[in-house]
Amino acid sequence: MTINNRWLLPQGIEEALPAEAAKLEHLRRQLLDLYASWGYQLVMPPFIEYLESLLTGTGHDLDIQTFKLIDQLTGRSMGVRADMTPQVARIDAHQLKQDAPNRLCYMGTVLQTRPDGFGSSRSPLQVGAELYGHAGVESDVEILCLMLESFKIAGVENVFLDIGHVGIFRSLAAQAGLDDAQEASLFEMLQRKAIPEIQAFLNELDLDSDVAAMLLSLAELNGDESCLKRAEQCFSKADESVKQALAYLQDTVSKLRQREGELNIHFDLAELRGYHYQTGIVFAAYVPGQGQEIARGGRYDDIGQVFGRARPATGFSTDLKTLVNLSVNQQTASVPSAIFAPCSDDVALMTKIAELRAQGERVIEELPGQQGDAIAMACNRVLIQRDGQWLVEGIA
Amino acid sequence: MNNTITIALSKGRIFKETLPLLEAAGITPKDDPEKSRKLILDTNHDDVKLVIIRATDVPTYVQYGAADIGVAGKDVLLEHGGEGLYELVDLNIARCKLMTAGLNDFKPGSGRLRVATKFVNVTRRYFAEQGKQVEVIKLYGSMELGPIVGLSDLIVDVVDTGNTLKANGLKPMDHIADISSRLIVNKASLKMKHDRIQAMVEQMRKAVKV
Repeated sequence: MTINNRWLLPQGIEEALPAEAAKLEHLRRQLLDLYASWGYQLVMPPFIEYLESLLTGTGHDLDIQTFKLIDQLTGRSMGVRADMTPQVARIDAHQLKQDAPNRLCYMGTVLQTRPDGFGSSRSPLQVGAELYGHAGVESDVEILCLMLESFKIAGVENVFLDIGHVGIFRSLAAQAGLDDAQEASLFEMLQRKAIPEIQAFLNELDLDSDVAAMLLSLAELNGDESCLKRAEQCFSKADESVKQALAYLQDTVSKLRQREGELNIHFDLAELRGYHYQTGIVFAAYVPGQGQEIARGGRYDDIGQVFGRARPATGFSTDLKTLVNLSVNQQTASVPSAIFAPCSDDVALMTKIAELRAQGERVIEELPGQQGDAIAMACNRVLIQRDGQWLVEGIA
Repeated sequence: MNNTITIALSKGRIFKETLPLLEAAGITPKDDPEKSRKLILDTNHDDVKLVIIRATDVPTYVQYGAADIGVAGKDVLLEHGGEGLYELVDLNIARCKLMTAGLNDFKPGSGRLRVATKFVNVTRRYFAEQGKQVEVIKLYGSMELGPIVGLSDLIVDVVDTGNTLKANGLKPMDHIADISSRLIVNKASLKMKHDRIQAMVEQMRKAVKV
């Protein structure tokens, strides 16, 4: 590395300068206050832990996304968290062990080996909320509402919700009797909605024609609410669980509309993000002008099982930096007003400064022989001594 | 809110063969990219634009949402990976084959094969599936030269008529994949501009010649 590029950061690793850091911190506090007011308790999972516990039950994708190193004390592999959701699930399943519903929220930096959706960062500031211990539409709706509320507070507008249900594909694959490898291939093609390839693949498998038609129709079952009606017709010969999944989706959306009013909702029955551990509805949020999702979530009822206790669970997560970048309230972190205090040993001045600070004012003390005046120090007022009194005055 | 629909196309064969399909969806460009130097072409609709870019860049533009829709060869898509994209329609245009090729008198030796190609990922995957470890050499064009000048033992490239191979003393060997162009759509665009994009997709799908 030459002297010229010693300042270079690795790709996808960012630092926040004062203006951005102020916005991030402001929003961080607002969101955590919001979650607290909904009864979500903050937890702080470790930044690094043994790979086994970090990756148990989460699937291949997270494995690839995780930075790994060897613990010098034990010789075991450790990983830096790439997603906090499984950590929080472990905390609920193993550490808290309560039977009543449990609401947890979290916020922290995660590291990812490859830039993922959110703004191509490899170090997102992940923030999210999870609700454990209730299997039903109401908890999914609560999580969706909380996510939408987070967008409102962050000033992210024109949000589109995309909702699907992994149970539909899972049931159809079971009904078709696909083995794991076939299911994985079909899953991969469905993620690309590669209809010609799906068709060729299904033809080759020699499935029952009704089941094949239903699997193929998945790739085209997307759009507004009418898509659920079409799905009912398409899946008339499907297992009961498919019909239940459709009813669940319908119910979730009507309850969501009841609480939130008009919403841009898009359905996509082939969208299976997090398929390996999701078990019910899955959702993501999009905004115009962003080619990738800005938040995602869904139901994952079994993830606690590997830690000894399967608990119904649902939640969402997003990236604080993405929210700040998309925010329309740019004025929230406007230039703060500050008071410039002259360099002096006067005890009365010290007392006055302490008083002002206690009132919430920002007071910046002059250093002897420093360069730059009050304006250069971004102050709009100064402390001036008049008749033995220290007074705050505007800069003339 | 941005209501424009941007379609990414590459110059040449794909552009020419996509035109009739766009026509079927009611879209005609106002300029000819072969004559104009403009990179963004207006169409008969104010809210539909065409961007003319390199073929290998089309999936990138669509993946990041810089274009809502694109037309890309399956060769490019195989190499790029499907992340963030939907490959909705096989447009059945710009058909060719992705093949390995070597000198007419090529005989596999005992050592590791060297393969020159611009499809690095596809090549590595293909030979791995064959149980062969090969040395892949990335080139950006004129792959046929590789075996002639001794840079590589084989090449992997798209083959249409096979005339270029023949003219350079090479023969096509193993068939890797059938290639044709696909209509690709950005995931977020399909969700947020669903009705308009779905309508275009349907019209183009109907116009595809089988």
